[in-house]
Amino acid sequence: MAAAPPTTLEVTGLSTTLFTRGGELKAVDGLSLAVDKGETVALVGESGCGKSLTALSIMRLLPDPPARIVAGAVRLGGRDLVALSERAMLEVRGREIGMIFQDPLSSLNPVATIGRQIAEVLTAHTGLGRTRARDRSLELLEQVGMPDAARRLDAYPHQLSGGMCQRVMIAMAIACNPSVLIADEPTTALDVTVQAQVLTLLKRLQAEQHMAIIFITHDLGVVAETARRVVVMYAGRKVEEADVDDLFERPLHPYTAGLIAATPVPGAERARRLADIPGTVPPLGSLPAGCAFADRCPRVMPRCRREKPQLTSPAPGRLVACFAAEKVPG
Amino acid sequence: MNELLSMHDVHVRFQIAAGTVRAVNGVSLGLAVGETLGLVGESGCGKSTLGKAILKLVPVASGKISIEGTDVAPLAGAALAEMRRKVQMIFQDPYGSLNPRSTVARSVAQPLLIAGWKSDAAAARVDTLLGWVGLPADAKQRFPHEFSGGQRQRIGIARALALNPRLIICDEPVSSLDVSVRAQVINLLEDLKARFGVSYLFISHDLSIVEHIADRVAVMYLGYIVEVGARDHIWRNPLHPYTKALLEAAPIANPRLARARKRTVLQGELPSAIDPPAGCPFHSRCPIAEERCKTDKPQLRTMSNGAQVACHFV
Repeated sequence: MAAAPPTTLEVTGLSTTLFTRGGELKAVDGLSLAVDKGETVALVGESGCGKSLTALSIMRLLPDPPARIVAGAVRLGGRDLVALSERAMLEVRGREIGMIFQDPLSSLNPVATIGRQIAEVLTAHTGLGRTRARDRSLELLEQVGMPDAARRLDAYPHQLSGGMCQRVMIAMAIACNPSVLIADEPTTALDVTVQAQVLTLLKRLQAEQHMAIIFITHDLGVVAETARRVVVMYAGRKVEEADVDDLFERPLHPYTAGLIAATPVPGAERARRLADIPGTVPPLGSLPAGCAFADRCPRVMPRCRREKPQLTSPAPGRLVACFAAEKVPG
Repeated sequence: MNELLSMHDVHVRFQIAAGTVRAVNGVSLGLAVGETLGLVGESGCGKSTLGKAILKLVPVASGKISIEGTDVAPLAGAALAEMRRKVQMIFQDPYGSLNPRSTVARSVAQPLLIAGWKSDAAAARVDTLLGWVGLPADAKQRFPHEFSGGQRQRIGIARALALNPRLIICDEPVSSLDVSVRAQVINLLEDLKARFGVSYLFISHDLSIVEHIADRVAVMYLGYIVEVGARDHIWRNPLHPYTKALLEAAPIANPRLARARKRTVLQGELPSAIDPPAGCPFHSRCPIAEERCKTDKPQLRTMSNGAQVACHFV
């Protein structure tokens, strides 16, 4: 039997630390994830859990100071991106990995037409001349479903709606057919009907170009709609990983279970109360010695306050970092 | 029905350099004592403007808004203050709506002092209020930046409760909060309703939260109400094509259900409120629009189950 093909992008043991005056904060702590061609992996968690810093670490776009990668590797096409020179990284960004952000308006240059901004990606990474780049920009705008694309080529970002700006961002991200697309909360700032349009668009583009997508979101509804595998983060660490159906049907980590219970499913019987998770995420500067979730956890045991649970695999394809979950039979 | 709030044919317009923004167009709605009315729609549909119009925070161009039978339009001075005591508001961004240089005690006491309370009575009341919303007693001397988003929203709720309001207008109160904390704040709002009989006008773009909290729901599009009905009517038997599209667009936090459902993704985006389309406001995006929708504006009609819908084909 031939060896399995290598995954498109593999992150192993990634740790990113914020060096602040108040001390060193482990914003991302030993995170591993892998994403394959044509597959979507969702990275889920609440504000401050380290999901966006993970994306910026992969792209090597961390604000330094204060943030720096202190350990781990990011493998793409036989290279470790963490070890690449800044010059070599310039060739990776935009060409091999595309990225889209939550707020498209602030990620676009306000004083350049969108046609010029898309063309810039093409001229920087491919040998395309200016005229050809402009033609290709128009094709890309049409591909991402921009209404009235030919006219919009000469528009400035402020003349477009949020949904249209996000389409421009997507056009720029896919311009060079990247093998990986990182989408950081790409629909959070959009209205639901426009969110549905953008999610449908990303699915179509993925089917056409077989991109591996890392989809960062706090919204479990969006996870259920888009992902095949899910990585749940809490306070900088991966606490659970599973295929999307398994995760929603039988969450193993109490935090995952809490998040799912706190998200109402439309059309379901109305619960008298929403299930909530008491308390708030502890600040990174004062994480407890044991499990970071211990103070909010309904299944906390004395051991949880002394020791940090490591990831274990209680069933094939599943990972969880919880002492209580390890005890679940079957 | 004991009506707490009634709005009749309310219009709100803003003059800007580019023309007239028709933010709210002929809205008629009622809200009964003890009821939670959900107001849903996408950004720019006029739902927040309508909430502000009730408190006279934006000028009403025409139409009538009454609180407990009293027309709010002529109110001024003491009478306006009394109306604003009965109707309070909590906002999406609790940080932006709290003075960063005031302690929590001062922020929460302010409405009491304005209403003429003595300072020691107000201080005692602040203790009670903070207890009700689940904040620790030592919160009083701290400043807004020392709290998390969910706790700040609790401060905003404590302040809104200070003068025993009859109605609280909640403008996207949980939209900026994390999932786990969002549920805490929603549960708190429901507990307070059960305890004090306060009514809510709950403005939100998040349909799953509105489904959880509302008794009745009004759907707005481009300043118009396109459908109003009981919560079960809206989710089980939506009639207006926009209501249907909105429900189909909302993500479902269940992967099997999400894959199994059929959805028509609405094309296009909200038209400009400066130059709204003639006829039905929704015709430019409507999957079932016909010629007459471009010229005839459908009126809200009452269905046999009491729901109201503005569509020619219902």
